[in-house]
Amino acid sequence: MPADPTSRPAAHRRRPRAAHILGQNSGLILAAAILLLSIIVFAGMFAVQQGRLPGDFEITSTVNNTMPLALAAIGQTIVVLTRGIDLSVGGVIDLTNALAAIFLAGSILHMIVVSLLIVLAGAAAGLINGLLVGLGRLQPIVVTLATLSIFQGLAIRVLPQPGGAVPAGYTSFLVNTNRPTALVFLALAALGWMGLRRSRLGVNLFAIGNDPQAAIALGVKAVRTRIVAYTIAGALYAVAGIFLAANATAGDATTGDGYTLTSIVAVVLGGVSLFGGRGSAVGAICGAFITTMIVNILFFAHIDPLYQSFYEGLFLVIAVVFGGLIGRLVRSGR
Amino acid sequence: MSAAAAAAAESVAAVAAREVSKAFGGVQALRSAPFAAAAGEVHALVGENGAGKSTLIKLLGGRLPPDSGAILLGGTPVRLSGTADAARHGIGTVFQELTLLPWMTVAENLLIGREPRRALGPIRRGAMAPRAEAVLAGLGITHIDPRALASEISLAERQIVEIARVIIRRPHILLLDEPTSSLVEREVAWLFARIRDLSAAGTAVVFTSHRWNEITSIADRITIFRNGAEVGTFDAIDEDEAITLMTGRRVEALYPPLPPVPADAPAVLEVANASLDGGSELGFSLAAGEILGIGGLAGQGHRELFLGLFGAPPLPRARVTVGGARTTIARPADAIHAGLGIALVPEDRKGEGLLLPLSVRDNLTLPILGRLSRLGVIRGAAERRMSREIIARLGIRTPGPAQPVGALSGGNQQKVLLGRWLLADSRILLFYDVTRGVDVATKHEIYELMMRLAGEGRAILFYSSDTEELAHLCHRVLVLRGGRIATELRPPDLAAEAIVAAAMRDADAG
Repeated sequence: MPADPTSRPAAHRRRPRAAHILGQNSGLILAAAILLLSIIVFAGMFAVQQGRLPGDFEITSTVNNTMPLALAAIGQTIVVLTRGIDLSVGGVIDLTNALAAIFLAGSILHMIVVSLLIVLAGAAAGLINGLLVGLGRLQPIVVTLATLSIFQGLAIRVLPQPGGAVPAGYTSFLVNTNRPTALVFLALAALGWMGLRRSRLGVNLFAIGNDPQAAIALGVKAVRTRIVAYTIAGALYAVAGIFLAANATAGDATTGDGYTLTSIVAVVLGGVSLFGGRGSAVGAICGAFITTMIVNILFFAHIDPLYQSFYEGLFLVIAVVFGGLIGRLVRSGR
Repeated sequence: MSAAAAAAAESVAAVAAREVSKAFGGVQALRSAPFAAAAGEVHALVGENGAGKSTLIKLLGGRLPPDSGAILLGGTPVRLSGTADAARHGIGTVFQELTLLPWMTVAENLLIGREPRRALGPIRRGAMAPRAEAVLAGLGITHIDPRALASEISLAERQIVEIARVIIRRPHILLLDEPTSSLVEREVAWLFARIRDLSAAGTAVVFTSHRWNEITSIADRITIFRNGAEVGTFDAIDEDEAITLMTGRRVEALYPPLPPVPADAPAVLEVANASLDGGSELGFSLAAGEILGIGGLAGQGHRELFLGLFGAPPLPRARVTVGGARTTIARPADAIHAGLGIALVPEDRKGEGLLLPLSVRDNLTLPILGRLSRLGVIRGAAERRMSREIIARLGIRTPGPAQPVGALSGGNQQKVLLGRWLLADSRILLFYDVTRGVDVATKHEIYELMMRLAGEGRAILFYSSDTEELAHLCHRVLVLRGGRIATELRPPDLAAEAIVAAAMRDADAG
């Protein structure tokens, strides 16, 4: 007891450190395990049908196809951590994808400036969400549902017909088609996440998601933190839109629509709690890759693409139920 | 306090409030209240719930801005924009509602805002737990694991972490709003030792408590509040006089007399082979009309016992007999419908019973909606009549049955929960620390209610963290230690000291 520190040893009834790490990261560990499992299943199916293991081409195309979703999922994670949700992902990706297809051209310097401006546009879109949610005290789901439509409408204005073009050099820099070099950008994103986790902003994000009232009582500037969260998320969606355009080498003002739901799927599979305050962008990246691997597996299982969403949904339910059971087991095992 | 005296006190005070007022909606929580606490002084704020103590603490701590009046630090008026701003002025507050972040570790909670950092700024996450461990050890706390999540540690431990988080910042002004509400004696002793250290070093300490013995043991001065107004500041005052000032009326005896248990009263609840910690087992029997107290240090399995009898979650292997019939209680619904009806009134009203956004009426009639309905449609008139009756009978202070329960004070929320079970006509009542954080006048009402309920032949199992309550309100007290019944106390041996002694004896060895 506290009054008498000598009466009990320092390690009094402590659980081992490893048990804490496992218990507090069960969502992330589960996501990594599911990802590993899906890679093994895919490699097995591939080997049986093709007589070899997946090579450079398969790995590269998987990574390149996953990049936009992984980036969108990181943005979604940051918003979800604050007890929010961002449905405007699809609209922002549509818009930035269209902008990229139209304006990316010319000299390297010009392309760098255009890319930065597009990221700023995404950040501005996020800032609008953040201001409405933070200052306006409106429900995130309503705000972002409305801005989703607005950004989609703007995207159609910018690029009425699919088209435009992304220079080959730009494409090969971001999504090299021969080597999975895009993983470098993911590694950078993961590093950025680790930096965020170790910053005042990161602590505040988690604090708000844990208990908004308590966070305010602890001196966290909740409104500002929310606004910043949505703004960073918007910038990340813009990067996702650029990657999507680079991968397709052209633009389409509707290809981003699906990312609203898939980013949420990736976040959930990645072990990020939709109730806020718990989760990791690394988990969300795993979740994004799991989503892509499911599509790959369904392809090799010769499932009619028409039924693809049926199986994706089924898998999501199974993963969530399974994750819940594991979480309960971990908790009751202490 | 006179205007001249107030001005003089203000000028020397470390922290003072000049005629501050604060209203919430239509309710005036504070009315031009003066207050001053000097450096090195321990100043107690006392009063009923809703008297304005917590509001004053929130104003002084920068949590809320006053509607009018000013907060003064060292005689200078300041505008505090928030708790972070207050912290810059050297003010630290332990709020009544705990502010730990549940899914963050004890270390993260303890060190929030002052994490160990590298030269270029990033937080050294690996260094958090060792730093927290060292900081806690410096305060004499070694039993709390800094790597555990805040949601994994007990309520008392959370309160200790909450207090530790504030005092390690060495504030010049320390505000504590009911810091002892979930602490047991030894932890209170620990807190008071820390308070004495701080005040000896010149910190002004302001704290609120409903436990009079704590107030007299630590406070240099006592300020009494009633209905949002300051009614006096004293260097010393005796309890009866203080209660009279707090309530505006005399409360004769705090503890009403116990109705006798008839010799032939049948046992309505019998428990055998109940294991609270997976190991040792215990059993007891509770008669109609009896109030059976359960005492002991926190963490000895009281909570498990009370929740277990309510099936949330059930006690493993326990044999429970209700009204003479073997009963299996696997979930709360089983307890509510078991023979005579078992009802739990827990201390954590919002977590374990009440639906705060819903009205008093909806909360009262929840378990009897089946009885109140015809063909699945609730009979509104009957529902309204029954809820009005119970509000009158229990003296629930609410503007009306349609008021959301969340807007009521703690003691009145407690009464709503109790009223619910009276409407359901539960004959076995499990009272788990129902008076924690409840003001003295409402406590008295709850005591009288318990006596009335026992007189009606209801059986009450009663746990309280306040051993005085156990000693005065129970026919018998069972003291738990290590998941077993260590001692059974009956009058004339039944006294607070005896309960504490039985709870502590061999506590470390056992």
